[in-house]
Amino acid sequence: MAVIHLKDMAHSYLPNPKVPEDYALKSLNHVWEDGGAYALLGPSGCGKTTLLNIISGLLTPSEGQVLFGGEDVTRLDTAHRNIAQVFQFPVIYDTMTVRQNLAFPLKNRGMAPADIEARVAEIAEMLDLTERLDNRASGLSADAKQIISLGRGLVRNDVNAILFDEPLTVIDPHKKWVLRSKLKELHQQFGFTMVYVTHDQTEALTFADKVVVMHDGEIVQIGTPEELFERPAHTFVGYFIGSPGMNILPATVDGRHATIGGNEIDLGCDYGPLAGGKIEVGIRPEFLKFGPVGKNGGEGTFDVQISSVEDLGRHKIAKAVSGDIEIAVLVPEHTPVQEGAAALTFDPARTLVYQDSRLVEGAN
Amino acid sequence: MQRKLNQKAWFLVLPVFLLVAFSAVLPLMTVVNYSVQDTFGNNEFYWVGTEWFVEILNSERFHSALGRQLLFSGIILAIEIPLGILIALSMPKKGWGASICLVLMALPLLIPWNVVGTIWQIFAREDIGLLGHTLAAMGIDYNYTHSPTAAWITIIIMDVWHWTSLVVLLCYAGLCSIPDAFYQAAKIDGASRWAVFRYIQFPKMNRVLLIAVLLRFMDSFMIYTEPFVLTGGGPGNSTTFLSIDLVKMAIGQFDLGPAAAFSLVYFLIVLLLSWVFYTVMTARDGEAN
Repeated sequence: MAVIHLKDMAHSYLPNPKVPEDYALKSLNHVWEDGGAYALLGPSGCGKTTLLNIISGLLTPSEGQVLFGGEDVTRLDTAHRNIAQVFQFPVIYDTMTVRQNLAFPLKNRGMAPADIEARVAEIAEMLDLTERLDNRASGLSADAKQIISLGRGLVRNDVNAILFDEPLTVIDPHKKWVLRSKLKELHQQFGFTMVYVTHDQTEALTFADKVVVMHDGEIVQIGTPEELFERPAHTFVGYFIGSPGMNILPATVDGRHATIGGNEIDLGCDYGPLAGGKIEVGIRPEFLKFGPVGKNGGEGTFDVQISSVEDLGRHKIAKAVSGDIEIAVLVPEHTPVQEGAAALTFDPARTLVYQDSRLVEGAN
Repeated sequence: MQRKLNQKAWFLVLPVFLLVAFSAVLPLMTVVNYSVQDTFGNNEFYWVGTEWFVEILNSERFHSALGRQLLFSGIILAIEIPLGILIALSMPKKGWGASICLVLMALPLLIPWNVVGTIWQIFAREDIGLLGHTLAAMGIDYNYTHSPTAAWITIIIMDVWHWTSLVVLLCYAGLCSIPDAFYQAAKIDGASRWAVFRYIQFPKMNRVLLIAVLLRFMDSFMIYTEPFVLTGGGPGNSTTFLSIDLVKMAIGQFDLGPAAAFSLVYFLIVLLLSWVFYTVMTARDGEAN
């Protein structure tokens, strides 16, 4: 089948883009491996849908190329690419029955009626639509409609990538889970490439093998859910993934130590004398602990005032303040914590250093 | 638990009831009143029962006016609805082009009926009208004051010119409300231009089309001013539509009883046909569930 390769591709909705801000998608090179389950994660307006529409051919990129299995399809129209796309809102041909809806893409491609019939029956079986085949599609619920939209993509046997553009937005929360598992199951069964756009991190992390995080028209990190959580390559990833997100603290770094608002902490690696640009230290709320009060100035301790504690049931989130720095700390359920003076302990192995928002690798 | 009824709420709807009573029900009742009586002046009335209704329903004059009216409305709908859809489909969806198109489309709708009649009356005149004179110069025998065909063609073109815009604007609004995803999905499904119209645009326009058909049917079925100004119902009786005939009867001949019966029959026909259109066009919605 086909590897999808984006080569120096950029897109702007303006006719004559000049500065980087004019671009909805900044120049990117990326390979979507055949058969991968990808999630495209990012906030609204970061270019996810633009990227998706370029892959499916609904948009032509202003610069660069799109290659399917080495073949340049940049200018090829949507109908002739072997791509299916499921949209945010279910798209159903109202006047047709479920059967006719599923048969529509095949009919348009001039397939023989007997083959269409067989193929539709097969797909309907897979999606549990068999009993509803002769119902009018417009009377169905949103999730059933979304399944039909998906079915119209699956029914074509030339499809090797299915793109999902926030497909679960209008689905009831308790059905989301069912649909998502269905998608995973289909992915395992058929092995086509799936690209799933979402701004919901849970959705992205549960669906995908590889999560592509986008920010401001750029891909900032590609990785497994674990990598994104443990070693965010960009402060945005740290902040966007996890709830609450990573603490990003302005700091100065020298060798194995960092100074944050007058407090010195230990780092796991040696960064040398780091200078130039904006230096920040990032640590997830999960990797911070409150130590005993009174060990002021000791290694790995950090004086703070706990200003509020939020109990979320499974754990608590404490907000610690030091000067004008605010730090979120995740406290396990049975650990007592109260407002007032406290000291923080940083886990050196989990304390990361960022220069101009990008992760800096330290030496051991 | 017993629900407490608050009868005071009726006061809120009372003004509407009164308004409707004065604007619709009372005048209608006067007409009903006239339709069952005869008068010879002096404000003396005699009960005649259904006599006027029988007379109207059996009159050759009413039948031919009704026939002309049905033909006229049929032609109008057959031209304006497809034409309106076609224009709406070809209008740009955004940008300055869309605004210009909308303004141009709205222009004919802003012109008073009798002005429209006058415009076309002059425009189509053989001696001084641009259209009439040009046609005459080309050797085409066109004179709407002599030839019934020419009179009909003129009135139909005038109505199409005046009212297709309404259909266009309604359809355009319907088209603009279709989310982009439908067109994108259709592209991915490899749908042809015709399939996009047949399975997306047309079904989505269904509702506004119903309104367009009803409005255009009712308006064209009740047309009065424009043909009155243009041809006065002539030549002969060839463009005497129902309302023109009715006015001749009520005001020209002062036959109040027959005219009142005529009005009621006319009203019931409009109501009946509108109901038929509505029922036929919404029949498919019911199947949905």
